[in-house]
Amino acid sequence: MGNSLYGPLDDPATDAGFTEAPPRMGFFTDTSVCIGCKACEVACKEWNAVPEDGFNLLGQSYDNTGGLSANSWRHVAFVEQPAPAHVDALTEAGTQFLGMPLSDLPGRVTDAPRTDFRWLMMSNVCKHCTHAGCLDVCPTGALFRTEFGTVVVQDDICNGCGYCISGCPYGVIDRREDDGRAWKCTLCYDRIGDGLTPACAKACPTESIQFGELDELRTRAAERVAKLHEDGVTEARLYGNDPDDGVGGDGAFFLLLDEPEVYGLPPDPHVPTRDLVKMWKKAGLAALSMVATAVVVFAGRSK
Amino acid sequence: MSPGGGDRPMVPKAEFESYYGRPIVRPPVWTHDIAIYLFTGGLAAGSAILAAGGQATGDPVLRRAGRAVTMAALGASTFFLIKDLGRPERFHHMLRVIKPTSAMSLGTWLLSGFGGVAGVAAASEFAPLLPERGPLGLVRRVLPPVGAVAGYGTAALAPGLATYTAVLFSDTAVPSWNAVYPDLPFVFAGSALASGAAVGLVAGPNDRVVQMAVIGAALELGAGHRCEHGYGLLSEPYRKGRAGKLLKAAKVLNAVGAVGAVVGRRSRVVSALAGAALLAGSVLTRFGVFEAGVESAKDPRYTVVPQREQANGKKVNFPSA
Ligand code: SF4
Ligand code: SF4
Repeated sequence: MGNSLYGPLDDPATDAGFTEAPPRMGFFTDTSVCIGCKACEVACKEWNAVPEDGFNLLGQSYDNTGGLSANSWRHVAFVEQPAPAHVDALTEAGTQFLGMPLSDLPGRVTDAPRTDFRWLMMSNVCKHCTHAGCLDVCPTGALFRTEFGTVVVQDDICNGCGYCISGCPYGVIDRREDDGRAWKCTLCYDRIGDGLTPACAKACPTESIQFGELDELRTRAAERVAKLHEDGVTEARLYGNDPDDGVGGDGAFFLLLDEPEVYGLPPDPHVPTRDLVKMWKKAGLAALSMVATAVVVFAGRSK
Repeated sequence: MSPGGGDRPMVPKAEFESYYGRPIVRPPVWTHDIAIYLFTGGLAAGSAILAAGGQATGDPVLRRAGRAVTMAALGASTFFLIKDLGRPERFHHMLRVIKPTSAMSLGTWLLSGFGGVAGVAAASEFAPLLPERGPLGLVRRVLPPVGAVAGYGTAALAPGLATYTAVLFSDTAVPSWNAVYPDLPFVFAGSALASGAAVGLVAGPNDRVVQMAVIGAALELGAGHRCEHGYGLLSEPYRKGRAGKLLKAAKVLNAVGAVGAVVGRRSRVVSALAGAALLAGSVLTRFGVFEAGVESAKDPRYTVVPQREQANGKKVNFPSA
């Protein structure tokens, strides 16, 4: 029957009414191997024919995209910060340090000694939440749950009411200005239906973006984080992998090397609909107070 | 610890991290059209209650004024609701599904139903203009009783129309709208009652209308105060900046309107002025609540700090609902 509003859910596709749903598909984005090449951003634009997002120089490290938007469905965040003491642990963990993007050919200048500075890079994307705020609030049914458990907007239905934009706890979905409709990552619904890998994951040269069955990705991610901890990268943590979190777990989750807010992610998001029943109860009480007022005022003895 | 020992801030400035200070949740794409819609929807609801009150007490002035303003406010509501869509010509897509998890879906259906019955009630006012004989004569006889039922039907739907918008706002990731869900519907309920009473104060004041104005304004002020002070950091946007100014002005207008309605109840002029103050107060309340939410979404602090406290397992300074 109706969608459950909150809490862990075995399979959102089944919950949405699919009878023989294929396994839930998702992304595991391992930021510890991201090199900030933005191939994902470009591949996504190419495949999905996403318009340009303006050519801006934001002065925010190598990030000139700024964030996810109607016209950017993958966004690579760049954070420059002092490194924890064990910055080389990542190298020992099998991650080759590729150096920072240079304006010169590698090796032409002498290697500078490693500094105490580190970069964090993360390719952000729609989380395809188990309990998706955007989907819950959409009044037209334009947003729907696919058989793969992902969340997709139907552009022929959306009337641009804008409710989903405020319903998303991650600030992902956005209205395209010249078009009036809401747009976001579809997890390449057209590709995965044909057994293909989404464009971003396909283009990612380091397998920072991994696509697959969510169960398998979760296992793989747990192993990866255990390995990193073993190798001394104690700050490695998973984000969005937990079915007990505020959105019932993300279909697209991450391995991060710092707190989520450093990357522009909410530290402990919850689907607004979690409290929907309580909200309607309060509204009902307020409505009753209006009825009571009307009765007291107009049914009382004449004055 | 300033030596002067000036005002201690209610909420200490919290340290927090962000990505270049960029917002985390996306600020609403809704424009002020939606703030106006909140007001006109509330006004339609309040006037419908006023009109039904006029029906019940045999006061044709209140009934007619209430029905007329209900229709006008309803027209305005529909206009602003459609205007704010990215694709206005697709407004009817709202009516292709009924979605219980979407307050906008339920609200659109409610507005449509309300519009239907309110239209019948308003049309019945024109019955006396119809000829007494022939088929139209029949309509002339049938319309008033049908209109009476429709009038009460409109008033029965009115409280829903006035308060669903609070759920609409609260069921979002906009921090300061989401947090205040226990009190926001009472703000909107009070604001709707006060604006409906204001119509009565202008059109034909009597003691009942004054009473309705006072209760409405008191509800709006009381619940508004809780929004402004009861939710820790997330109350801050209701007190600061433009939203703070709007809400302060709204409070003054509501208080002045309520007191004026009582004190000046024997004077048509003072009553009408009190009504105008209450209407203006209701408008400013809606704009203030709207702006406070937008500000809370723009500044990542309001997203990060409460969630960080939650994540760290600290007790968050929220009243339990
Ligand atoms: S991240 Fe936002 S846009 Fe994506 S599914 Fe979740 S709520 Fe919807
Ligand atoms: S903007 Fe479109 S997708 Fe978003 S809630 Fe409205 S109709 Fe649904």
